[in-house]
Amino acid sequence: MIIDILSWICLLAGGALGIVGGIGIHRFPDFYSRLHAAGITDTLCAMLILLGLGLQAGWSLAAFKLALIFMFLFFTSPTASHALANAAQHSGLQPRLDSDEPEVGS
Amino acid sequence: MIDIVINVTLLAFLAITAVATLHLTNLFAIVMLFGIFSLLSAGLFVVMDAPDVAFTEAAVGAGISTVLMLATLALVKRPQKPYYAEAPRAHRPWLPLVVVVITGSALVYGTWDIPGFGAPEAPAQTHVARYYIDNALQETGVPNIVTAVLASYRGFDTLGEVVVVYTAGVAVLLLIVGGAQKRRPGPGMRGDQMRPNLILHVIAKFVIPLIILFALYVQFHGDFGPGGGFQAGVIFSAALILYALVFGLDVAEKIIPSRWLHKLAALGVVIYAGVGVVPLLLGGNYLDYTLLGSNQVAGQHLGILLVELGVGITVASVMLILFFAFAGRARK
Amino acid sequence: MFIAALLAILVTMGLALARALAGPTTYDRIAAVNIFGTKTVLLIAVLAFFSGRGDLLDIALVYALINFISVVAALKLVTRGDFHSSDSDESEAN
Repeated sequence: MIIDILSWICLLAGGALGIVGGIGIHRFPDFYSRLHAAGITDTLCAMLILLGLGLQAGWSLAAFKLALIFMFLFFTSPTASHALANAAQHSGLQPRLDSDEPEVGS
Repeated sequence: MIDIVINVTLLAFLAITAVATLHLTNLFAIVMLFGIFSLLSAGLFVVMDAPDVAFTEAAVGAGISTVLMLATLALVKRPQKPYYAEAPRAHRPWLPLVVVVITGSALVYGTWDIPGFGAPEAPAQTHVARYYIDNALQETGVPNIVTAVLASYRGFDTLGEVVVVYTAGVAVLLLIVGGAQKRRPGPGMRGDQMRPNLILHVIAKFVIPLIILFALYVQFHGDFGPGGGFQAGVIFSAALILYALVFGLDVAEKIIPSRWLHKLAALGVVIYAGVGVVPLLLGGNYLDYTLLGSNQVAGQHLGILLVELGVGITVASVMLILFFAFAGRARK
Repeated sequence: MFIAALLAILVTMGLALARALAGPTTYDRIAAVNIFGTKTVLLIAVLAFFSGRGDLLDIALVYALINFISVVAALKLVTRGDFHSSDSDESEAN
């Protein structure tokens, strides 16, 4: 029963974070901030959903495989984001800074 | 209820991706959309309860196909235009559209008579499929019916598939690499790795052995779960392609020289065909695994194991041949 | 509970697809494909539990690996122009 409730919470939180990340990808103004939003979905959302599933699975081979999936995602998604940002930076894509905005009001 | 929602959503995404692929003129974006397309197809196969097919689609479509198409893009788009230049827009094709609409409607009309998905009276379920489901486990000793059908009941078809894969590799070698192999200049040239990105190097060194281990797991676990020779070969070659991408093409070619790849590709086919010849020598039919062991189940086990091994070796080698041929071609 | 997670993942996939279609720069598209791959991994994992077939987790595992490879390949094409040019001048200018 407790496990079910915890599982519910984790899955719902993970799903909500995924949607938040998805909205972020749309609303953010430039590439680097969108990369931040994408990063949330890759790590925290994945971790919560996999944790929720793992609680349902108990101690079994399925839980081990879920742990493996999470470990791979944990290592490779931030690396991909880093490599993306690195490549964008070195090819000249500039982040949009606050100093670029015209002063509002003032 | 939720099945319908998932199916409709995934199919809608598939349609959107397909239409967008037609509309966009940026070739790089189209290649990325192809990657998404095969991801969606794999998702649909999973929903339709076909894990072996989903496995192969996942490994081949999103990994190898995307890499090969990107390599082709690199070949086509250099050196004048940068890769993200727009392709010229074609003229409006009205007559082909009419033909396609008529043919498509005829096909859709033809599907109205087909029994529903998974219906027990469908012709696909009533003839041989019932025999396989009832008898595959005790006749071959292999729990995964797909592997049993692929490697044992339909062994000739799979032999043909392996030969086709090998032929594709040979054809690519003839067409792209051509006659004389140009030797690369000496070790003075640093090569073509990505900018020395320390994080990527470390993570790649950590991940690549795990991928290779996973490929071995998929190869030998194919008897019990989704998997088998084709998927394992693709995953293995994906690991080596990752190595080549991160550390440089010439470093990767030192690890697996092309001569070995050519021989390995042929070796896989020879293993498969050879496993078929042994029962001939023992007095039975070609590819009759029963004669390979002391009793029928042991013989089938050994036969399926060896045959899948041959498939895996050929597929891995041919994928690597394709990658090295495409990627190694773009030399100034 | 799985249904809610499935719907959330599908919505995120839709948003990522929209970004892949609309992204003004190529890096946006590569990032969107990366997200799409991760969400497909999660979708297959949840479907594995939803339909009760545990062996679908192997597919999710394969996807997590293959997704990385295709993003690295795309990056290599974008930074290098092809898979095979030398970067000796660039690393000196770095």
